[in-house]
Amino acid sequence: MLSDITLGQYFPGKSFIHRLDPRSKILMIIAYIVMTFIIDNFTGYIVLGVFLLICMVNTRIPVKFMIKGLKPVVFFIVFTAVFNLFLTKTGQVIFKWGFLTVTDEGAKNAAFMILRLIFLVMGTSLLTLTTSPIMLTDGIERLLSPFGLIGLPHHEIAMMMSIALRFIPTLIEETDKITKAQTARGADFESGNLLRRIKAMVPVLIPLFVGAFRRADELATAMECRCYRGGKGRTRLNVLKLGIVDLIGWIVVAVFVAGIVLTNYYGVF
Amino acid sequence: MDTIVKVENLKFSYKDEETGEEIPVLKGIDFSVKKGEFVAVLGHNGSGKSTLAKHLNAINIPTDGKVTVCGMDTAEEDLLYLIRQKVGMVFQNPDNQLVASIVEEDVAFAPENLGVPREEIRKRVDYALEAVNMSEFAHHAPHMLSGGQKQRVAIAGVLAMKPEVLVFDEPTAMLDPIGRKEILKTIKTLNKEENVTIVLITHYMDEAAQADRIVVIDHGKIHLEGKPKEVFSQVKELKKIGLDVPQATYLAYKLSECGFNIPKGVLTTSECSEEILKCLEDE
Repeated sequence: MLSDITLGQYFPGKSFIHRLDPRSKILMIIAYIVMTFIIDNFTGYIVLGVFLLICMVNTRIPVKFMIKGLKPVVFFIVFTAVFNLFLTKTGQVIFKWGFLTVTDEGAKNAAFMILRLIFLVMGTSLLTLTTSPIMLTDGIERLLSPFGLIGLPHHEIAMMMSIALRFIPTLIEETDKITKAQTARGADFESGNLLRRIKAMVPVLIPLFVGAFRRADELATAMECRCYRGGKGRTRLNVLKLGIVDLIGWIVVAVFVAGIVLTNYYGVF
Repeated sequence: MDTIVKVENLKFSYKDEETGEEIPVLKGIDFSVKKGEFVAVLGHNGSGKSTLAKHLNAINIPTDGKVTVCGMDTAEEDLLYLIRQKVGMVFQNPDNQLVASIVEEDVAFAPENLGVPREEIRKRVDYALEAVNMSEFAHHAPHMLSGGQKQRVAIAGVLAMKPEVLVFDEPTAMLDPIGRKEILKTIKTLNKEENVTIVLITHYMDEAAQADRIVVIDHGKIHLEGKPKEVFSQVKELKKIGLDVPQATYLAYKLSECGFNIPKGVLTTSECSEEILKCLEDE
């Protein structure tokens, strides 16, 4: 259906996880994130790993997509692991060289940190890979709606998000046009040091911003012409519905959560 | 026929933010549109024609004078959304009118705002997309469509409100010739088959020539008004305020000036060639 959308990293499909209600998926991801942080032994991570593997196999998303998601955070993972490895002072010293000491606890912390971050990135990218941006904003709007009672503008937040999504391709196109136009007038974006290159972007950014404001103004008028007056009294064409898929999904998640909590007490290592 | 839009002695001015001076844009305009009519408003840039358009659905409120739509005064705030639902507006840039990332959802935007029940929204979306011949693109993303297609989606988005009047503010100015043809065809079909009243604001003479009636605006005032033939036969008047006439009209006008027996106010190329042929046969 939305096969021609190239936004974000949505990977269209019809798997079980694809068909889950976005609200369920967002809440499940939150449960999953909490799990990655409360686990304090390796048995727990094995259970979580099995869960993640089942999900990955189910979505039929090529593994390389998942690995691609890890790339930008590799540096961050290494950095945190090194810090944990060398700066943990408690526990038995297992290695000492000059001012560097490694304790067994430090090694364990570092290993946990690496696992946590990998699980975190893989799990959350599974959410964005299987949910279209529109479904995601819809889900967020509905999940935030109870907070409307305490004054959170949930409808406005969702509207801003969906308009932003709508205009990303338009603005990318415009950036491309402006860059070409400025190149034709002799602007140089490719040579010089970093500072020079950043400066060279100014003649692109200024027209882009001016254009974006003009667009915003025109869009606001067009929305007014179509009787937009906020979220009050609004109906929807597509309404999210929880189904049997969500029930099964939640049972599976509940089983795994229970299993992980149990490993915290009975974990072997 | 009933009058659906009535503009009486409409004056509008805005304050210049730097000098604080009142700048008049519209200086007393009187005109009305009848139900089912196709009216074109002609004028060059800065003549006030877009400002006039924005008065028809209460985006702008008159400084002086009165605008009534289906008997409702646009200055009355309580009637605001009722008026905007009756008078749909389509603008120049299709990109800046589309709200959602899927065609279908965008068309549903207006009825959603009006609080129309879900099943009815479905019906209206299907109807509106059908009316502009875009049904097969219902699940596409707008940024993948051509300019003409996007503009048709924008028209569908307004049609879904079930308006009585459609106001087009230079709907083809940013489109290529193919897109322009698509839009003009859509406008004419809506007028003829769906019986929607049309107000087309444009500076393209050939588009205006297809209307039932033309209103020419210059410097915030109505300069000429009448059937396309009547308006375009006054070539001198139009030239004086910086407007052109369709090329066929201009040729016929020049020939008749040279003493040939060709009527003024010829509109289309085929009409023009017929008249020339007739003239040659006579001689």
